[in-house]
Amino acid sequence: MQDDRELVMGRIRDALAPLKERAEYPEWDPQLPVCKAHPDFSSDWELFSHKMQQVNGTPIAGLDALGKWLHEAGLTLGYCDPALADELRAHPAFAGLTLETTFERARVDDYTFGITRATGAIAETGTVMLSDADTSSRLGALTPWTHIAMLKSDTLYPDTVTAIQHFGDDPSIVWATGPSKTADVEGILIEGVHGPGVQICCLVD
Amino acid sequence: MPTKSQQEIDRFARDLKPDVYQSVYGGTKATTEKRYEVLFRDYPDPDLLRQTAGQIKQHTLENLDKYLPQAEAALKANGAQVHFASDGDAANRMILEIMKANGCKSMVKSKSMVSEETGLGHYLEDNGMKCLETDLGEFIIQIDNDHPSHIVKPVAHKNRRDIAKSFEREGLGDYNDDPETITRRARKFLRGKYFEADVGLTGANFVSAESGRLTIVTNEGNARFCMAATPIHIAIVGIEKLVPHDRDLALFTALIGRSGTGQHLTSYTQFIGGPKREGQPDGPEQMHVIFVDNKRTEVLASQCSEILRCIRCGACLNVCPVYRQASGHAYRSVYPGPVGAVLSPLLAGSRFPELADLPKASSLCGACNEVCPVNIPIPDLLLRLRDKAKTEHAEKAMKGTPPMGMFGLLASQPHAWRAAMTMGAAMNLTPDAIINIVPPAAAWNSCRQLPKWRGGKFRNWMKSRSKN
Ligand code: SF4
Repeated sequence: MQDDRELVMGRIRDALAPLKERAEYPEWDPQLPVCKAHPDFSSDWELFSHKMQQVNGTPIAGLDALGKWLHEAGLTLGYCDPALADELRAHPAFAGLTLETTFERARVDDYTFGITRATGAIAETGTVMLSDADTSSRLGALTPWTHIAMLKSDTLYPDTVTAIQHFGDDPSIVWATGPSKTADVEGILIEGVHGPGVQICCLVD
Repeated sequence: MPTKSQQEIDRFARDLKPDVYQSVYGGTKATTEKRYEVLFRDYPDPDLLRQTAGQIKQHTLENLDKYLPQAEAALKANGAQVHFASDGDAANRMILEIMKANGCKSMVKSKSMVSEETGLGHYLEDNGMKCLETDLGEFIIQIDNDHPSHIVKPVAHKNRRDIAKSFEREGLGDYNDDPETITRRARKFLRGKYFEADVGLTGANFVSAESGRLTIVTNEGNARFCMAATPIHIAIVGIEKLVPHDRDLALFTALIGRSGTGQHLTSYTQFIGGPKREGQPDGPEQMHVIFVDNKRTEVLASQCSEILRCIRCGACLNVCPVYRQASGHAYRSVYPGPVGAVLSPLLAGSRFPELADLPKASSLCGACNEVCPVNIPIPDLLLRLRDKAKTEHAEKAMKGTPPMGMFGLLASQPHAWRAAMTMGAAMNLTPDAIINIVPPAAAWNSCRQLPKWRGGKFRNWMKSRSKN
């Protein structure tokens, strides 16, 4: 395997050797990939909610509204990050809901929802950021039909450029923009292929 | 329309079933419109984005000798194991070795164009391993033992009835061609397989040399599932996928979704820098990254190195009038459409003559260049490859091309040229049956309308103009 490394690196050097000069890295404004401003929205949360709805995601503000949503959807048993479970269980809007704090693979189809912490969110695209440091179980955030990411408002970033500046050194960061989807069959959009069919972001402070 | 054209791609276009044509044409047109809408709505100057992205990629390619070792070091520092494969066979062998060394028997696989190039799935099956595609489109391709026809939408050539029949045949339920039912059945079947598998394989859309992070984009979330349920993650990555910095990723993730599918971002955009951290219950304990050459260094050394900027968004396929008529299988290689017409003959190496006709499958309208998010001058590259085919006397590329020697002679003799221009007007009165006696004219006439002769007028116009 080491031989292949030298072989490939040697070929690269040979390929580049005839170049008299090499293309410069361009000067570019870091704001270049930032979308045009949205004057219609008075806060990042408003913009985020609008953008998340555009990708068929569901923004929810506060635990009261989240508990109500779960009851109305008839979802009563789910996986929950252990760090959040006590507070949620104690909340009146969660009365009657069962939150399990250990994700068991054999019971993957029993969990009707999964609640994990969001590492952040991106207002301009309606995206939820999940990282290993904050996600108690990758499977808990991915396999239930409904995934709920709990977001603190000080981690709601305006754009992708700012979000990347907050990567830190986490080995796994995922941006989830709406539910899992495919258009492989005749271009018809179907949600919930492998991951959640419903992606919720709940603002909590 | 029956055609006597000798170009292989024309025959594919002729034989394309009407419903396949409809789904390819409709799908590509809709995506092109969405791309336009999203890019122009979001940015005051989308062209500047494309140009900058192109410059960043060109700079990275021309400094690969610096960035590749940098990415390697960053990945290793994150706990990943890094390998290099000089060609497809070497890459396949390495993957098999990693699997054997860890006692693995089965793999779930996310979409990766490099693994299509190397024929990984068949190789692993031949060596006693199970390898299951998890992208819905690729899964359908796998059960049908077919080939993808589009970079982003591999089953662009299949309709729901075809897919329903395949599912029924594979025991995935009774015939039902409702797309939602098809998708739910795939979900149910595949999630069990993720949990059984020992290895999750992905490609990577970008690799930041600065942090070693692999950026992997999918809409279905299958790559994330592969990296949540299995203990070993292998990423097979072309050496051209590098970008210098993490901040560049903002530019490229913005462009790939908007250009390919008309989305601001693909549903799942993952940034993976290493194996899972201690204490995390799910995720791979080992991460292997295999950087694959497979003739990319030959392309880098060629006159067409710009094609290595390609980020596989599929926008050039969607906009291409030839792709829309002929669909992806017409390109007879892993990469179809305008990008394929350049890349496939180059990656073919000594088999270049077999695919040397592909660069001719273009009207050189320039639409592919206009939509390309990394500003690849595809029409120029096609011309360079046509020249290469001619220089190397590639027979396939010559088929259907009228010999130009006579024209050259005529064009260099002013008297003969003038006479020919005058006589040419007679062609407008000549029946096709007579014109078709000349073989090149017959070939042209077989699939196109010979235009009315309008030659000679320019000289008269010039003459009368200079008199005034
Ligand atoms: S050549 Fe350009 S437009 Fe075509 S797939 Fe590659 S990046 Fe996209």
